[in-house]
Amino acid sequence: MISIIDYKAGNLTSVERALKNLSIPCRITNDPELVLQSDRVIFPGVGAAGEAMKAIQTTGLDKAIKTYFFSGRPLLGICLGTQIILEFSQENQTSCLGILPGEVIRFPDPHRDEEGKHLKIPHMGWNRVEWTRDHPLVRAIPPESVFYFVHSYYPVPREENLILGRTHYGFYFPSAVAFRNLVALQFHPEKSGPPGLALLKAFSEWEGKDAD
Amino acid sequence: MLTKRIIPCLDVRDGKTTKGIRFKNNIDIGDPVEMARFYYEAGADELVFYDITASAEKRAIMIEVVQRVAEEIFIPFSVGGGIACLEDMRQVLLAGAEKVSINSAAINNPALIQEGAQAFGGQCIVLGMDVKKVPPHAAVPSGYEMVIHGGRILTGIDALWWAREAERLGAGEICLNSIDADGTQKGYEMNLTPLISEAVSIPVIASGGAGLPEHLGQVLTEGKADAALIASMTHYGTYTVRQIKDYLKERGVPVRYIW
Repeated sequence: MISIIDYKAGNLTSVERALKNLSIPCRITNDPELVLQSDRVIFPGVGAAGEAMKAIQTTGLDKAIKTYFFSGRPLLGICLGTQIILEFSQENQTSCLGILPGEVIRFPDPHRDEEGKHLKIPHMGWNRVEWTRDHPLVRAIPPESVFYFVHSYYPVPREENLILGRTHYGFYFPSAVAFRNLVALQFHPEKSGPPGLALLKAFSEWEGKDAD
Repeated sequence: MLTKRIIPCLDVRDGKTTKGIRFKNNIDIGDPVEMARFYYEAGADELVFYDITASAEKRAIMIEVVQRVAEEIFIPFSVGGGIACLEDMRQVLLAGAEKVSINSAAINNPALIQEGAQAFGGQCIVLGMDVKKVPPHAAVPSGYEMVIHGGRILTGIDALWWAREAERLGAGEICLNSIDADGTQKGYEMNLTPLISEAVSIPVIASGGAGLPEHLGQVLTEGKADAALIASMTHYGTYTVRQIKDYLKERGVPVRYIW
């Protein structure tokens, strides 16, 4: 059973609906015990890092997510869920879970492209993810695929080899990271049409082993 | 590179889609869930549902439509029309919409933008603007005035000022509709759109006047729009979303193909 972690941060039902459409059993839960009993866990989220960390600390989900991760079972972060998995976020100067070494930083304000043209923040809409290395989750995804983004902050893992995909918005930023049994995405696979659904399907079949 | 979004807009009344020509003579063209699925498969990047149901008691029908749409399509969609308070927003978002669009309610109560952004995140609050060209005067120096009730009532509010104010209050996006261009199929308002888009740092969706792929080409380049709303030109089968995207791609506008 896949658990979708509920910490009152935005649109959880969209992840649930996407999995249901793929006939993948899942449940939404905020119960640390149920998280620990799951075969797979999805950590979604939309909103601000500060509030989200407070919510997962009060419910005891912070410890459950860490314990779950160290058990070696597959964990998928999405958007804010991805950001909270790192050590620190510039958003509300928040100390986060620290499962993945690195920080979450904000796009510059004002943000410009190479020709000096003004780029809008949040980065909202469809953009390409260039996979920078092999991974079981992305083998079924065509290299030209675009995904739906909406965010002002992005994850920067401490080590370059943790980056799984990158996206260009003024400069290249890490849009997907992979670390042992964790894959964390800055974009929303549940809102990204067929390639997004293919990624969720691959996660539901993944055993938690990286390409090596 | 971030692609330009092509967004079909579906007007819904009493649970059925319609398309208004200058807000009059609406004719019925079908089931919103079927149309949503059709556009999802055709490669639309996002959808907008606009509830033009007049009576409050029929709003429950719209919530049911939103729930059914959310089960069928896996791209973002927004819902507007008749959203007047936080509770209305909550219902629409819980039913599965990615964003809510507020228009006259925000003019009557600008704090609603701020409250919505705080409660649900600015990324899901879209400010809908209905704008009419007028001779510039003291209250409306830009010559573009906010209108409500389908363009029937002038508000005395300057559109340029209002766009900036909405951004300051936390709106995540603007859907900019020209009442003058709406329904004409003669092209988007090419003075208003860049004026607003360059004045704010949030994305602007151009709306009103699309009839040809060239119109989208103009508004997404010189018009500085981040996205373009379409309706009649694809609803009636004159063009497909794919044809529009092929046209844009040939002219160097970045667009998304499904795979």
